[in-house]
Amino acid sequence: MREQNRWITPVLVALLVILFAMPFALAPRPTSPDEEAFGGTDAAVTTMLEQDGTEPWFDPIFEPGSGEIESGLFGLQAALGAGVLGYALGNLRGRKVERETVASEHNRT
Amino acid sequence: MHIAEGFLPLTHCVVWGLASAPFVVHGARSVITQAKENPESKLLLAAAGAFTFMMSAIKLPSVTGSSSHPTGTGAGAILFKPPVMAFMGTVVLVFQALLLAHGGLTTLGANVFSMAIAGPWAGYAVWVALRGARAPMEVSVFFAMATANLVTYVVTSLQLALAYPDPDLLGAFGKFATVFALTQVPLAIMEGIVGVLLFRFLAKVVPPELARRGIIAAPVKDAAHA
Repeated sequence: MREQNRWITPVLVALLVILFAMPFALAPRPTSPDEEAFGGTDAAVTTMLEQDGTEPWFDPIFEPGSGEIESGLFGLQAALGAGVLGYALGNLRGRKVERETVASEHNRT
Repeated sequence: MHIAEGFLPLTHCVVWGLASAPFVVHGARSVITQAKENPESKLLLAAAGAFTFMMSAIKLPSVTGSSSHPTGTGAGAILFKPPVMAFMGTVVLVFQALLLAHGGLTTLGANVFSMAIAGPWAGYAVWVALRGARAPMEVSVFFAMATANLVTYVVTSLQLALAYPDPDLLGAFGKFATVFALTQVPLAIMEGIVGVLLFRFLAKVVPPELARRGIIAAPVKDAAHA
């Protein structure tokens, strides 16, 4: 197996944290009080289209009643994904450990 | 990259839907065949699907003062080739359209095309090119995943420009791309880094599976460790 450098993973994780934190220090503040900081780009484009007079011709079948519920549902989506991802990766790791145990026992006999 | 429900003209909805449908059907077939290969393959498929499910739910702040989300489609494209992601990305987008009012059923075809088809294929192309140039696995993964993310938003900008070519196609494309692109660059970098972490873990845990797919060099036999 490839030789893995021990410091690569911690450095990458630190980089992620820095990249996540940077915007809070660097991003321009909202110019007017009604402007929300860190609004979504998807919503920004929708607002742009509406200002140009575009009317949506179809409405979502179900809309989460408030921003709180919406972020909760987004959280649920992330949790489901992370849960399954953790299960799959953990299972793969367990299989490797088992393979190695079997192999070493086999070698001993 | 989610074009909101009802914001594309009907003809555009139909055309993007027709363009995406064959990819999604082909992708579903590909998922079924690859799942049958072996238990490791099934677990890796689950991981790839779960990864895009998780990543596309996380809205991250960007230096521009707006926020956006990664797509997570590059990982599956590298592991299983892009068709698989056409299906998995569609599952994510349907979930978001129905439960979160994010994206929509009328714009599903267009959103599938950008996130689940164009992004994964672009990422895969970068992956193949870098591997061809003998770049290290980590470097290739980073650029492939960042590209899958960025190209998704470029295609969304193009789709919006085609629907609303005001003042002209190029001008409209520039207008939409400026909203998306700058915000997206730091997020693409983050997604690339997360991808490297994921693939480093996989290289440690399932080297034979990655070697079989040509992602890492064939490992020395496990028995050599014992």
